Amino acid sequence: MGLRKVAIVGAGLTKFHRYAQETPKELAYEATKMALDSCEMTLDDIDSVCLGTAPDAFDGVHMKGEYLSDGAGGFRKPYMRHFVGGGTGVMSPIHGWFHVASGMFDTCLVVAEEKMSSAFPHPAGAFLTIFDHTTEQPLYPTLIWIFAIEMHRFMHKYGYTKKDIAQVAVKNKANALFHPSAQLGAKITVEDVLNSEVMAYPVNRMDISPTSDGAAAIVLASEEVARRVTEKPIWIDGIGYCLDSAYWCNRDLYYPDYVEIAARQAYEMAGIKEPSKEIHIAEPYDPFTYKELHHIEGLMLCKRGESVKMLLDGVTQRDGNLPCCPSGGALGVGNPIAATGLMKIIEIFLQLREEAGERQVPGQPTCGLAQAWGDLMQVGTVVVMRS
Amino acid sequence: MTRQVAVIGAGTTGFRATTPDVSYREMTYEAAKKAYLDAGVEPKEIGAFVATSEDFVEGYSIADEYAPDQLGAALKSLYTVPGDFIQAMGSAVMMLKSGLYDIVAVQGLSKASNMLTKAYLTEFALDPIYNRPLKQHPDYIAGMEMNRYLFETGTTREECAQVVVKNKRNAMFNPLAAHACDLTLDYVLEAEMVAYPLSELDIAPYSDGAVVIVLAAGETAKALSDKPVWVRGVGWCSDSPTLETRDWGQAMYASLAAEMAYKMAGIKSPRSEINFVELNDEFSYKELQHLEALRLCNPGEAGVLTMDGATEISGSLPVNASGGCLGVGNLFECTGGQKVLDVVLQLRGEAGRNQLKNVSTGLAMGWRGLPTTTGAVAILSN
Amino acid sequence: MLDADLIAKTATKLSLKEIQEGKVLSVKDKPNLKYAWDNGVAIGRYLAELKEGRIIGKKCHSCKRVLVPPRLFCELCWRPTDEWTYVQDTGTILTFVISHVNWDASRVKRGQRYHTPAVIELDGAGKDQGILHLIDEIDPKDIKIGQKVQAVWKKPEERTGSITDIKYFRVIKK
Repeated sequence: MGLRKVAIVGAGLTKFHRYAQETPKELAYEATKMALDSCEMTLDDIDSVCLGTAPDAFDGVHMKGEYLSDGAGGFRKPYMRHFVGGGTGVMSPIHGWFHVASGMFDTCLVVAEEKMSSAFPHPAGAFLTIFDHTTEQPLYPTLIWIFAIEMHRFMHKYGYTKKDIAQVAVKNKANALFHPSAQLGAKITVEDVLNSEVMAYPVNRMDISPTSDGAAAIVLASEEVARRVTEKPIWIDGIGYCLDSAYWCNRDLYYPDYVEIAARQAYEMAGIKEPSKEIHIAEPYDPFTYKELHHIEGLMLCKRGESVKMLLDGVTQRDGNLPCCPSGGALGVGNPIAATGLMKIIEIFLQLREEAGERQVPGQPTCGLAQAWGDLMQVGTVVVMRS
Repeated sequence: MTRQVAVIGAGTTGFRATTPDVSYREMTYEAAKKAYLDAGVEPKEIGAFVATSEDFVEGYSIADEYAPDQLGAALKSLYTVPGDFIQAMGSAVMMLKSGLYDIVAVQGLSKASNMLTKAYLTEFALDPIYNRPLKQHPDYIAGMEMNRYLFETGTTREECAQVVVKNKRNAMFNPLAAHACDLTLDYVLEAEMVAYPLSELDIAPYSDGAVVIVLAAGETAKALSDKPVWVRGVGWCSDSPTLETRDWGQAMYASLAAEMAYKMAGIKSPRSEINFVELNDEFSYKELQHLEALRLCNPGEAGVLTMDGATEISGSLPVNASGGCLGVGNLFECTGGQKVLDVVLQLRGEAGRNQLKNVSTGLAMGWRGLPTTTGAVAILSN
Repeated sequence: MLDADLIAKTATKLSLKEIQEGKVLSVKDKPNLKYAWDNGVAIGRYLAELKEGRIIGKKCHSCKRVLVPPRLFCELCWRPTDEWTYVQDTGTILTFVISHVNWDASRVKRGQRYHTPAVIELDGAGKDQGILHLIDEIDPKDIKIGQKVQAVWKKPEERTGSITDIKYFRVIKK
């Protein structure tokens, strides 16, 4: 296809906390410094910087991208922010890919940061303002409504039960016990999930990933630079992103078309014909338990209506045939929106380099994908990586 | 070889102080329709879309949710760049040069009239711990910078005021402009002070409006348009966001962005190779500061050139023939879009009464406004 | 890569209690951001009709939907929409939720009814053409997907030209 090869050569990640003392700039700095150190590069080696962060309403700073620029290494450099709501974390490497694949830059530092705890009384309140200001906000909706609506449709369509879906939380929180950044790694049971507080039927408290503060960063490089800097560059072989209409009430929410379209773009670019066989390991976005399943179907990693069977058969466990969220996902590690997506990218990066420590999936995977989602059940962002 | 990128279509609603008759969706649809018609493409032929918006300017969160529908981009590849239009255009150029896309659309939109507390909005962009507690009207930042700039370069308030006179008068014959008027230098000098030495008339008023451009690469550009405007270079840069650690006299961000763009365009002596400029003048002194930062004249010379008439439409280096921000209006993130639009119109010979003669290369420059030090430059040729 | 000790040092854990008790210094700020959004032609008419107790949409002949809320262009067909068309104020529940939380994540108080928003397909609009609104006058646990509902309007003199001119929808007994 003639596209310039782009690789991930370094990564950094902060600890995720519900309330972190550090300012947004400081969190960005910690992740960025770690990423540069991990591949023995300095800011002088960096030609460009791009940053992803979700609504400014969380951190409480207008033009948040500008505020974060010096913490993210953007001082006197070509620096740009990209934004697709919750999908931002996986849009970050895509935007970074444009930088290097264009030939205009040989390296790009990609940063994602979120400090949700600044929003009082609760960051969830910021989600009121994502709804249409005239036709929906007067009803005082909250994001939990749409999630519950979608979960309800999904369960209704395929006859899935809350009991089965709760297994996603059990799996991911257990996986997160071995993730150094994890906020909520734990051994829980299905009963714990079903007995947790009802937020909005059918969503219980433990179906939801926690709000978090955190930051992540990766270093992208052209082939020539990558081979100089590391013995194990991980190539970004496929990218895709798709944004659906804002009129979410006109869509049947049981299936995420926008994830499928984004996945198709990424698979085509990567030359993947049978994703369920050729993708060895996946990090679908799991802000809610059912979302992991919803996205697995959208990514065509199984047939529609079969994601629960896949889960119950153990296929998506760390030692299964297609491990999903071996990191522990948003449910286990934490969900500082934009940083979560990049955390998933970093997980695949580490897994393909066999550097995931106790989280390492067996079988020497060579091809993985990470996916994020966002907005009013609207955006899918997908990146396929290979070693 | 790297692919060449050209603007093959542009559409706008024009710019007005208020637009109560249309919603932002309807306004953007109009600009998009015009741009696509101009380019001769249907939305389904467009590979990807880049929108520009900032949540707090629009007044709702995750503003990218509301971008696709009116662009014909529902269920397509779209993302938002919270940045100046020219930065988004830089993204589009990268996307086209990667070879992944042949056609990319870029959109900018301003509904500035809907934002009722603009000073508080700018304040909300300040560092919450170090700067916001001072509770000052944020125009002080521009006043301080103007003060330092005048001091370092010997530029006078009269020279800044002449920028106001020139640009607002240029706007009189720009049918797209919102804030045209014919003022005398004395009148401008007597305007009320806002943050000395910045006066009321030194500050550009706001406008509403939308701009959509369609960019294409290589053979596609040549096939689709008989008047492609080639994007020879693009650059963007952010200096320090922190008030306490920035250079107050010079616009380094503009110099570095221009350097990147000139390098890409193969331009060695900008003064002789750039025929005209549309740059950010949302504060009068900014036109002079930016002109010098872009290396189009030496430090301290911009004011002199202005008084000499060199930057008039009839001069040797017309600056802001459209009227600039002072005459057309400040469009928030879309401001750079108005600059690009006007450079494109000039290069296509479609600028009407203000048409410049014999121009082949123009420069469009954007700055994100207070309190940022982020700018972007695009160099276009016909 | 990803050294656990290094990561542990990157961020310091705080609790809400520590912040509230002033164990760490903090700065409070409440932004003063006000907006007045232009409704434009389509939504302007929608709200004006709601004030009159009617729901109006706009037809797209190409995809054969009646778009509610109306828009001047169809986002799927990318063409201007066609005639204005009233739809009925009755409809079918496509999906719904029983929410125990308010918009700011606080819990619904004891004795207060849970929120029951729904996506309602209005009669006359077309398959899956829903709007978001609230359901009331029924025990939340009795709501089912597929039930028929009817809008309950505010009194004419109380209407202001807003989506809340419809107070809520109630389930129609068969």
